[in-house]
Amino acid sequence: MNYESILSDRIKEVQPSGIRRFFDILEEMKDAISLGIGEPDFVTPWHIRDAGIYSLEKGFTKYTSNAGMAELRREIAAYLNRRFQLQYDFAGQIIVTVGGSEAIDLSLRCLVNPGDEVIVPVPSFVCYGPLTSMAGGTPVLVETKAENEFRLTADELRAAITPRTKVLVLPFPNNPTGGIMERTDLEAIAEVVRDTNIMILSDEIYAELTYGQHHVSPANLPELKDRTIVVNGFSKSHAMTGWRMGYVCGPKEIIQQMLKLHQFGIMSAPTVSQYAAVEAMRNGDNDIMKMRDEYDGRRRYLVEGLRRIGLPCFEPKGAFYVFPDIRSSGLTSDEFCEQFLLEEKVAVISGSAFGPGGEGFVRCCYATGMKDIAEALTRMDNFLTNLRKRQARAQG
Amino acid sequence: MKKLLELLEEDCTLTHEQLASMTGMTVQEVEEEIQKKEREKIILGYQAVVDWDRTEREAVTALIEVNVTPQRGEGFDRVAERIYQYDEVESVYLMSGAYDLTVIISGRTLKEVAQFVGQRLATLEDVTGTATHFILKKYKEKHLIFEKPEEQERELIFS
Repeated sequence: MNYESILSDRIKEVQPSGIRRFFDILEEMKDAISLGIGEPDFVTPWHIRDAGIYSLEKGFTKYTSNAGMAELRREIAAYLNRRFQLQYDFAGQIIVTVGGSEAIDLSLRCLVNPGDEVIVPVPSFVCYGPLTSMAGGTPVLVETKAENEFRLTADELRAAITPRTKVLVLPFPNNPTGGIMERTDLEAIAEVVRDTNIMILSDEIYAELTYGQHHVSPANLPELKDRTIVVNGFSKSHAMTGWRMGYVCGPKEIIQQMLKLHQFGIMSAPTVSQYAAVEAMRNGDNDIMKMRDEYDGRRRYLVEGLRRIGLPCFEPKGAFYVFPDIRSSGLTSDEFCEQFLLEEKVAVISGSAFGPGGEGFVRCCYATGMKDIAEALTRMDNFLTNLRKRQARAQG
Repeated sequence: MKKLLELLEEDCTLTHEQLASMTGMTVQEVEEEIQKKEREKIILGYQAVVDWDRTEREAVTALIEVNVTPQRGEGFDRVAERIYQYDEVESVYLMSGAYDLTVIISGRTLKEVAQFVGQRLATLEDVTGTATHFILKKYKEKHLIFEKPEEQERELIFS
C-alpha cells in the first residue's frame, strides 16, 4: 500500500512535535531532573479519587448524556459563577469534554470554514495551529513580546486582522510564558474587535493558577461575552490530568452545534471521571488553594534563582512556568536545551517549540518538588559557568 | 502565600535562601524569625521521620491509655510531667473521653515496653489504671505515608 498517497493532505501537513527526540534522550537518563513536563506533580486529592472509586463500586459504568451529567454541568455552572463570576446555563451552554483539548478542537471545527483565519498568539501551547489546519483554516501566528510580559497588545492584534479572520485564540494564563491578560488588556482587545464578527476562543485551563491577582476572562467583559467561548478543565486546577476532564461554555447557538460533533466523535466523557469531577467541583476549592500556595512558593524561588545566576526573566503571574531569556548564552533555545540535558541532565523545554517568538527562551516548569528545583538551579549555574569559560577560551 | 512556620513544618530542610524566596522575606528576616521562634520554644526541634521497619533495627511502639487521679491545684499537669520525664516516653497527650492520658512509648522489644509500663508507669501513685496497645504497623505519620508508592508507568507527554 502506498500510504503516502492515501493519507489526507491536511494530516500530512501537520508537523509532529519537534521535541520527541529530546524526550527520548531524557527517558534513557536515569538520574535526570525534569522541569520539562507541564503537569501538576500532585496526585489527585483523595476525596476526588474516592468519589471515582465509589462510582465504580456502585456500578455507574454506562454512558452519560452527551453533554455530560446534568449534575456535573450544574456544579460547573455554580463553580464558574462562584470563582470567576461567569454565568452559564447548565442546560444549554456547557458541554463536558475529554480534557480541554477536545473542547479546543470542537470550538475550532465548529467555527472555521476553509480559508478562514485563526489568530494564535505565540509562544503558546502547540495545539491551536494544527487543529486550525485540520479544520481547513489558516493559523495566523502573532508574536507576543517579552517586554510586554507576553501579553497580546491591541496593536499586535489589529495588525493581524484581515477580512478572513474568524477566531482569536486567547491562551491566558499562558503556557509556556506564564503571562496573563488583565482587565485593561482585555478592554483594549475588545475595542479592536468591536465592529467585527471575530469570535474569541479563551483557553482558561490555568485560570485557577494566578498569583497576586484574580484571573479575568474575556467573558467577564459584557462587550465580549457574546463572542467568547470559554474552555476550561480539571487537569491543572485539581491535578486531574489523567482523568481527561474539561468543558466548554459559550453562546447556546454555538454550543448546541458543538454538541453534534461531540456526540458523534466522543459520545460522552468518561463516566467515572465525571463522578470524580462532581466531587472536585463541590468540595475541591480548598485543594486548589493549597496547591496554588505551594506553586507560588516554588515560583518565587525559581524566578529569584534564575535571575541570580544571570538569566533575566519577567515575573510570571500565571500557570506554572517560568520563561527565562537565555540569549546571553549565545546558544539557540534548542542548543541550550540539548546541551544542558546532556551535560547536566536537566530537562527544560526550548521556547521555539511553542512557536516563533519563543526562540531565545526556555520553559521551566515548577510543578515539581523544591529539592529538584534547587538542584536544577545549581546545575544550571554550573552549565552557564562552564559554557562561559569555554566561550572565553575560544575567543581568547 | 505560605507562612514561614507552615513551610518549615512541612520540610525543615529548606534553606534560609529558599524560605526567603518562598515567603517574600529577606534572608536576614528569615534567620531572625527562626531564631526568635526557637528561643520562644514555638519551634521545638527538627526531626526526620524514619521507617524503622525497613531497617535492621528492632523497634516497638505502644500507645498506652492511662487513667489518673488529678491533683488539687495541679490538675493533670503534675502527673503528666512525672510521666514525660522518662526518655522512653515519646509523646503524652491529655485526652477527653474514657481515659485521661495517652502515652506513647517506644522501646527495642515488647518486653522492654511491658516492663516500663508495669514498673514505672502503673506504679505511679496517681495512676489508677493502664491499657497497653502495641502498634503493629505504621501507615502514615506527620502526613508522610510509610512504604514506597508504586509509580505510574508512563511515556513522556508534551503538554
